[in-house]
Amino acid sequence: MAADLFFKSIAELAALLEAKTLSSTELTSALIARKTAVEGRVKAFNSSDDADALAQAAASDARRAAGQARGPLDGIPVGLKDVISVTGQPLTASSKMLANFVSPYDATVTANLKRAGAVVWGRLNCDEFAMGSSTENSAFGPTANPWDLTRVPGGSSGGSAAALAAGEVIAALGSDTGGSIRQPAALCGVVGLKPTYGLVSRYGLVAFASSLDQIGPFARTVEDAALMLGAIAGHDPLDSTSFKAEIPDYRAGLKQRRPWRLGIPKEYFGAGLDPAVGAAVEKAIAFYKSQGCEIKEVSLPHTQYCLDTYYIIATAEASSNLARFDGIRYGHRAKGAKDVVDLYAQSRAEGFGAEVKRRIILGTYVLSSGYYDAYYLRAQKVRTLIRQDFLNAYREVDALLTPTSPMPAFKLGEKSDPLALYLCDIYTIGVNLAGLPALSVPCGFTPGGLPIGLQLIGQPFREADLLAMAHTYEQAHDWHTRHPQL
Amino acid sequence: MSSAPDLDLDHVAKLARLALTPAEKATFSQQLGDVLHHIEQLAKVDVTGIEPTAHAFPVVNVWAEDVARPGLPVEAALRNAPAQRDHMIVVPKVVE
Repeated sequence: MAADLFFKSIAELAALLEAKTLSSTELTSALIARKTAVEGRVKAFNSSDDADALAQAAASDARRAAGQARGPLDGIPVGLKDVISVTGQPLTASSKMLANFVSPYDATVTANLKRAGAVVWGRLNCDEFAMGSSTENSAFGPTANPWDLTRVPGGSSGGSAAALAAGEVIAALGSDTGGSIRQPAALCGVVGLKPTYGLVSRYGLVAFASSLDQIGPFARTVEDAALMLGAIAGHDPLDSTSFKAEIPDYRAGLKQRRPWRLGIPKEYFGAGLDPAVGAAVEKAIAFYKSQGCEIKEVSLPHTQYCLDTYYIIATAEASSNLARFDGIRYGHRAKGAKDVVDLYAQSRAEGFGAEVKRRIILGTYVLSSGYYDAYYLRAQKVRTLIRQDFLNAYREVDALLTPTSPMPAFKLGEKSDPLALYLCDIYTIGVNLAGLPALSVPCGFTPGGLPIGLQLIGQPFREADLLAMAHTYEQAHDWHTRHPQL
Repeated sequence: MSSAPDLDLDHVAKLARLALTPAEKATFSQQLGDVLHHIEQLAKVDVTGIEPTAHAFPVVNVWAEDVARPGLPVEAALRNAPAQRDHMIVVPKVVE
């Protein structure tokens, strides 16, 4: 039985748990066994507290026996990217800087998952401080793509995507600043959702770029993503950027079928798009057309400026956010510093990896006296234009269809030049700059057997529509039922 | 925006409180030069009269009730401190 369990969806497992043909303890034990079997090759976990997971599972089973089960997530093991706080568990952000840090409190999303009864288990690998697109910039070493162990899982939430694709967790959370949920979801063949800015609280998330960061789910199916989003979304007084939005029943909303008007932004199908990815996305577009959707070409004329705008704003905010890591109150402290300023500089030099240092330098530069107007302020103005492009398109269409990533999973070590790696994010970063919701759903495989993702970009706070559109596609295809051989 | 980015790495590293090795300086200088060169194209965008966007959905005047709530116990708050003594964080001497 265990062999079937780890590739099942939340919805399937919830039915088994409810029928009491399966216990959370059995399910959690099966996943621990699966992790033991494959983790040596996948390397998705930074750490995991198996005894704690089994204790949570036993508590779930006891609730259910007492007739107090809390809903579809009760007893389901969920992994968290190692940038999200869990009380009493390590929180490293995959950095030497936080090698020995233990969270004193739960992130709001963690508390929400626990309240829903989920077994919160595993600290999943990522690029250091969520900065990267391949999960190679980790103090714990790279995570492998379960579909081809010589390739990257994408990033920065690569551990979350890989653990799910490998059957080590049933669902996961990641964070998305420029594509860090959607791109690894695409490269690992799972569903990944980046919610509207403000829909999900970021209290307890290690901050990277505060005007762009959002927490969101990874799941095997669109239905599971709807269940996860429903559990974590909602206003939180502890996050002052949190929005007072009404949270619908996302799962019930999956049933809506409408002749949606779907926009195809022509700028997302130009040079640099892998032919197999382009062909798979074209087929998905043809599917929606066959369902009676109106397909319309649209233009987002400032697309070519998204990457530069993003790297100015994201690094500027990162340089500010990461100033807190000074070796004083927590985190790595260098030995033998000659004074307090030297202590800051040496602690940061020893604690941060190369990509984090590069971004801090760039961010400090674009904010520095004499350059602020030319870089940071100008980027914020271009951000306005980028956002207006999307809002203009939404006058004519309900959502946009694009590839999630211009290419399938690339080889570990293949993109050693920072700029080449930044170009992986060209289809995902505009969404963060505009604060929009978007999801990636599997839409095929390359001739070499690598997963391809379709990105749907929606209107602010219209996640229910986005999920229904993706569900319509998923119901008519079987990509999500395929799993890597490990 | 200048046509050739004039990134003074020593100055910026000092502002960022980040000690860099000579090898890092050489690598970063070249890599960041490439990135800054790419970013130069933003100078082509006409932003006359365009307001800057700091947040996609700005939320303003967020107030919290001024009520006392239990905070972290001292032991928990200091658990991650690199050096501590008598319920305080030990730091290098800052006043002569």
